[in-house]
Amino acid sequence: MRILFKTSYLDDIRLFRHGGTRFWYGVLIACLVAAPAALGEFYLGELAQIFILAVAGVGLMLLIGYTGLASLGHGAFMAIGAYTDTYLVTQGVPFPIAFIAAGIVAMAAGIAIALPANRMTGIYLAIATLAFSQIVEQVVVRWESVTRGFQGMPVPPPEILGHALSRPWEFYYLCLAILVLVVLGAINLTRSPTGRAMVAIRDSEISAQSLGVNLVRTKTIAFALSAGITGLAGALLGHKLKFISPDAFNIILSIQLLLMVVVGGLGSIHGAVYGAIFVGGLPQAIALMRDHLPGAIARTPGLEPGLFGLVMILIVLFEPLGIYGRWLKIKAYFEYFPLYRKATFKRQRSYLKTERVR
Amino acid sequence: MSIASTNVVIPGLVPGTQPSASAGASGTMDPGHEARDDNAEGSARRSSLFAAHDLSIAFGGIKAVDGVTFDVKEGEIFAIVGPNGAGKSTIFNLISRIYEPTGGRLIFAGEDITRVPPHTIARRGIARTFQNIELFEHATVLDNLLIGRHCRARPNVLAELLFTPRVRREELRHREAVEEIIDFLDLANYRDQRISGLSYGVRKVVELARALCAEPKLLLLDEPASGLNTEETEEVAYWIEDIKNDLGVTVIMIEHDMSLVSAVCDRVLALNNGRTLALGSPQEVQSNPAVIEAYLGSDGE
Repeated sequence: MRILFKTSYLDDIRLFRHGGTRFWYGVLIACLVAAPAALGEFYLGELAQIFILAVAGVGLMLLIGYTGLASLGHGAFMAIGAYTDTYLVTQGVPFPIAFIAAGIVAMAAGIAIALPANRMTGIYLAIATLAFSQIVEQVVVRWESVTRGFQGMPVPPPEILGHALSRPWEFYYLCLAILVLVVLGAINLTRSPTGRAMVAIRDSEISAQSLGVNLVRTKTIAFALSAGITGLAGALLGHKLKFISPDAFNIILSIQLLLMVVVGGLGSIHGAVYGAIFVGGLPQAIALMRDHLPGAIARTPGLEPGLFGLVMILIVLFEPLGIYGRWLKIKAYFEYFPLYRKATFKRQRSYLKTERVR
Repeated sequence: MSIASTNVVIPGLVPGTQPSASAGASGTMDPGHEARDDNAEGSARRSSLFAAHDLSIAFGGIKAVDGVTFDVKEGEIFAIVGPNGAGKSTIFNLISRIYEPTGGRLIFAGEDITRVPPHTIARRGIARTFQNIELFEHATVLDNLLIGRHCRARPNVLAELLFTPRVRREELRHREAVEEIIDFLDLANYRDQRISGLSYGVRKVVELARALCAEPKLLLLDEPASGLNTEETEEVAYWIEDIKNDLGVTVIMIEHDMSLVSAVCDRVLALNNGRTLALGSPQEVQSNPAVIEAYLGSDGE
């Protein structure tokens, strides 16, 4: 069992709480940096895909996991990011500027939807965001002069300072760098007043307000940041796919993003990354497994989605806190061994809740 | 300074059974708080900190609060009592601007706050607790208290994303303020625990602490002793006295426990069906025939 001796208030603010975490995150980063030397093109592509999903997951996590606002339309922000970036790049704008513009345009869209969404919560907000994603899909289909409609658009490789990142390992590093930056930003936010205000809104709007949290402002910030980050992920996804069309960003993508944050574990940045690994990696893992299965099973059509769905149901059923929640339990088990009590993480039903005042 | 030096007399509560918590806490207060101590003395020349004039609100046809007028003086402990549905909590919700009054005015520190946006109330110096505890369940005690500091922060999202040195400095400053309250209410043992794992009594104290973190001038306590046992109620009584004397905070509380009310309160407002029944010292109000009738029913029944 590790006992931390805190000697300064900084100990609770630090990025890494103790030497152990610093060491293991160092190892992780070193492995990821070294990966292109060891892995083939296919695996690098898959990893880049997971990084992109993780970026979008972090964006959605800020909204759902931290602020408690459900969104079923985050695929639309990815579409906005991807189309903005692609359109600008094909118009001759340098990639870094187009990339940032993609985030800003998605952010503007997020603010636009936040204005009406500030009056809604729960299932109503989910429906409103779903409707928004349908609107965006229609705009993408109809606005042919910019998006080329169903024809789709080829996406050139991202170019930085005149150098095209056309090789898989170059793109891999780009995605890794963006993911690290986004995760750092998200962690910084969650340890500052605005991040805490988001959590306050999630847990009790009324007491957040009476403590001085401006609900409209904080929710709008949450929407803006969430949409902006998701837009950046969309721009990367466009470059990853090398060709974008409206059906790349349909409702299935939005649902995948939602699954990611729920399966990963709501309310933690770790959860967004774990969820991305799960959603991005599991279908590939199942496909690889198929090669080693007996012929009759391996040839069953629909094996991947079937298994994927099964695992999903099992996680939601037995681990409502998601993969990150399970990891915390495993960690606690070893930290407190042999004193671990199962009840530590038991969820308590709360009977006391102030009746709605509005 | 210790509690003995403030000459707190708490009738109705067992004398000499000072909870060690409050005694230890008041010993750790910094000079800054003691400087504000003079608020508590000299009650004769205190000015009015908060006033409600002819306050009314109607939900459809029901007048939940109907023309209530009262004022609270600086350094006073003011109680609102009344049977269920009398409109006590509604008054609190009106003061914290959760409800829009249909009539009347609210004056705080010489300023009309009847129409100000609700989130500015905390910054002006009014903090509150809730009847059924509205803590942030999935956060730690420390995080809850830090959110209590929100109204004293000037968040800048861009700086926060980069966690600039200024943000870091501010965080440390808030943390120091929070630690003072943790010392004051003896919450150090629970600092890193999640709210969802805490007992009801501790949650009550955490909510009180969170309100104090906002550095209020006026504290609204909605049934601070509900659901607490006798010992815990005594502790609350000492804490309310400490909050008044050491932190110089004026308190308005809603309470059903008349022994607590008569022990700590200077004046009491009794309500029934949204109307004022009586206003005066605890003894006066308790012996007022209209109040007795509201609670016990008239002789005719």
